[in-house]
Amino acid sequence: MLSLWLNVLASGILLGLVYGLVALGLTIIFGVMRVVNFAHGEMVVFGVYIGYWTVRLWNVPIIVAAVIAAVVMFAFGYLLEALIVKRFVNRPHHYQFIVFIGLSLLFSGTLLVAFGPDPRPTASQLSFQTVSLGLLTLDLARVQAAATAGLLIALLGAYLKFSPFGRSLRAAADNRLGGLIIGLNIPRVYAVTFGIGAACAGVAGALISPLFDAQPYLAVDFTLLAFVTVIVGGLGSFGGALLGGLVIGVAEAIAALMFTPSMKTALPYALLIIILVYRPRGFFGAKEI
Amino acid sequence: MLSGALLTIDGLCVAYDGSCALNGVSLQIHKGELICVVGANGAGKTSLIRSISGIVRSSSGIIKMNGVDITGMPPWEICERGIAQVAEGRQIFGSLSVEENLLLGGALKRAKAGQSETLEFVYQLFEKLCERRGQLAGTLSGGEQQMLAIGRAIMSKPEVVMFDEPSIGLSPALTDVMFRVVKSLHEQGATVLLVEQNVAKSLALANRGYVLENGSIVLHGSSDELLKNSEVQRAYLGL
Repeated sequence: MLSLWLNVLASGILLGLVYGLVALGLTIIFGVMRVVNFAHGEMVVFGVYIGYWTVRLWNVPIIVAAVIAAVVMFAFGYLLEALIVKRFVNRPHHYQFIVFIGLSLLFSGTLLVAFGPDPRPTASQLSFQTVSLGLLTLDLARVQAAATAGLLIALLGAYLKFSPFGRSLRAAADNRLGGLIIGLNIPRVYAVTFGIGAACAGVAGALISPLFDAQPYLAVDFTLLAFVTVIVGGLGSFGGALLGGLVIGVAEAIAALMFTPSMKTALPYALLIIILVYRPRGFFGAKEI
Repeated sequence: MLSGALLTIDGLCVAYDGSCALNGVSLQIHKGELICVVGANGAGKTSLIRSISGIVRSSSGIIKMNGVDITGMPPWEICERGIAQVAEGRQIFGSLSVEENLLLGGALKRAKAGQSETLEFVYQLFEKLCERRGQLAGTLSGGEQQMLAIGRAIMSKPEVVMFDEPSIGLSPALTDVMFRVVKSLHEQGATVLLVEQNVAKSLALANRGYVLENGSIVLHGSSDELLKNSEVQRAYLGL
């Protein structure tokens, strides 16, 4: 019994790190640009498909697929911002909602047209391998995804904290007018920020491709999941996204074990409601929406 | 138009939603000068600074820096040409450290070379900032934040520094400190455009002054002339 609980808890934490990476992408975009990317789940699904196709076509390890997803999705996010999102950054929120919901429908539709509605399991060796550690027996894919996500979160955190560009990004998030005053190239910062956010989602998608079948309809779930994660942690907070991811990952795992697997998706929302009642700004949230 | 002016503004108009904030403003600043633009609240002082720096678009008029037309350029290109500002409300980055704020001020291409010397210079000028270099800028007092905003502008190695109401929100004692800082920067060779409500103190510091009323320059001349002008005395100096 103990070993079952430990295993469930551990796999919840592992998946939680990946959720944390997804949420981090959403929260960075919001924190800097004050726009809410309703197409974030689609970007995760793009990553899942990148994982699926690169493994199927070239039989590369998932880590390589994740690197490809990072590069492709960064470029995608950068261009999307520079061509479309840019025009709506200074518009009222409801304009932005419509644009992003439109984009999300467009992306989902494109995936449906291109790949059809059927789930496609990624045929990776990784899907069937496990690692044992004392009482724990874990999917290798899950361990690898979590380790990579954790490493990326740490690297991104260090990059934002210590690099000159990270400093510019934090400055733009703190005070846009202040940024213009010192001659910060705000449009470039915004495009790179959006690229980083999209890359986080894409990498997370590629990492979990051995665990989730590629399917266009996954996107809605991931968008909602990212929202719940970010709100639990606190909008715009880096540490909050990580903590939120872990909380949601563990909550899902425990719900499946304690109740029924179908409760898995319900518990995070129950948690969201409880947290919104007691801590309306999430664990670390300080910023107004 | 005078030749050899560092910054020349000719017929500048700025409108927000149809209402006119600046209406044909012309002024010149020569290298090494300290000029002031004085006026009451809502006269268009901040609009003037923000349109020179490219943050607010002008509807007509020409702004030239070193003879180059910079009208309509984005703010980051204008900063690269050596125009820095100490903005109204300071506009520092409160969640970043004091040193990070200063380094961001020096992130322009024009300021990259010798950045550490400039930082050293700023720390010598404002010892408080040096003591608090690792502290979050938002935890500084109002006066210290104003020093940080000035330090941040100096970090970009500007040819002209524009001050937008540096004394606003400061105690009378700190206001005097602020004016002394502006004066000492000018004495060290900086070209300064000072925009202020505090007419007496600004004119006492400046070589020349312009009086801005309802978006237009209504008077200009040397500081002495303006201080003796009966209109200025009545409207701004309470004499």
